[in-house]
Amino acid sequence: MEKDAAQQLKRDLPPQREWKKSGSAYIATFIIMMGVWCVLSGQFDLFHLGLGVLASALVSYYSADLLFDGPMTGKTFRTTFGFLAYVPWLLYQILLSALHVLYLCFHPRMPELIDPQIYRFRTRLKSDLAQVTFANSITLTPGTITIYVNFHRDFNVHAIDPFSGEDLPGEMERRIARAFGEE
Amino acid sequence: MDDFFLGYALFIGGLMALSLYRCIYGPTVLDRIVGVNAIGTKTTVLLILIGLLYHRVDMFIDIALAYALLNFLAVLASARYFQKRKGLYYEKPY
Amino acid sequence: MVITLIVVVLLLVGLLFFTGGTVGLLRFPDFYSRLHPAGKLDGIGVLLVILGLSLYQLFPLTVASAVTGLKLMLIVVFVFLASPTATHAITDAGLRAGMEPWKKGDPWR
Repeated sequence: MEKDAAQQLKRDLPPQREWKKSGSAYIATFIIMMGVWCVLSGQFDLFHLGLGVLASALVSYYSADLLFDGPMTGKTFRTTFGFLAYVPWLLYQILLSALHVLYLCFHPRMPELIDPQIYRFRTRLKSDLAQVTFANSITLTPGTITIYVNFHRDFNVHAIDPFSGEDLPGEMERRIARAFGEE
Repeated sequence: MDDFFLGYALFIGGLMALSLYRCIYGPTVLDRIVGVNAIGTKTTVLLILIGLLYHRVDMFIDIALAYALLNFLAVLASARYFQKRKGLYYEKPY
Repeated sequence: MVITLIVVVLLLVGLLFFTGGTVGLLRFPDFYSRLHPAGKLDGIGVLLVILGLSLYQLFPLTVASAVTGLKLMLIVVFVFLASPTATHAITDAGLRAGMEPWKKGDPWR
């Protein structure tokens, strides 16, 4: 009986991904960890750098599969640069909608202006990383919060007024698709 | 410039006191968590300002970073805790 | 002198966002709507204020002050990574407890 329930659950869940560790993932994790160590410690004598090398090697040995799921290819670098090019546009967008929410906060007749609604749509982004980036970008933009994403790629978004929610998914999805190479 | 930072820090302290209203008068547990989260974010900035006032920014930054981490973990843990336990209901207004 | 002016402007704009976040936290009808000002406006306020403060302590330019500026930017990156996760955790708890979002015309909570 319990076994049936477990099998039922297994059918409903998305298939498990096989995580592979590869040499390039170890090296990339080590470089990132070492950079964070240098920034956090701020001392560049031999003793502190040696401790950093030791700690970074330990971390990258145990958890190299957390950051990169497979060997680094040209696609990884293209995705990184695409993401870095996407961040300034996201910041500009956050500033614009922050001004709108600020206007709502200080408006004397705010209760008549806001109209919270839940928008539902299905995205066409395929990879997990692109969907996570999309959901977090929606949440970071003031006025919209991603409340639920299932593995059919259905997004439920809570928007505070029609102005914030009407242009979803729109421009943001197109830019993320371009950044992650899913045109 | 130090006077400006002092006034700024006091203003942020006043804003934190205002957010405390949401923590005390709910009306639900989740409202209180939102209030605590808002206070914690402001505390990070306040710690860096205190560091600038004491001319020891390099020391206070580590405290601020640890506080940001701790605030994030506290909100995450309490949200997950109250999701499973009782307490998520509308209490009578005071 | 120009640096001081830029720093003051950045700090004051950040303070405006902080004030808006607090006012919205007090005024909005239910906690789904309160998350919008509390989580997001505070995030952009932190970005502006820490940008200003790191610019202020960068001069005179030494290795130590550059590292301190990088650390400050690390706080911003962390806040921008953590705040959507925290927001999502709170919303998820509310949804699983069966709380309906406030709609137009509902009583004030």
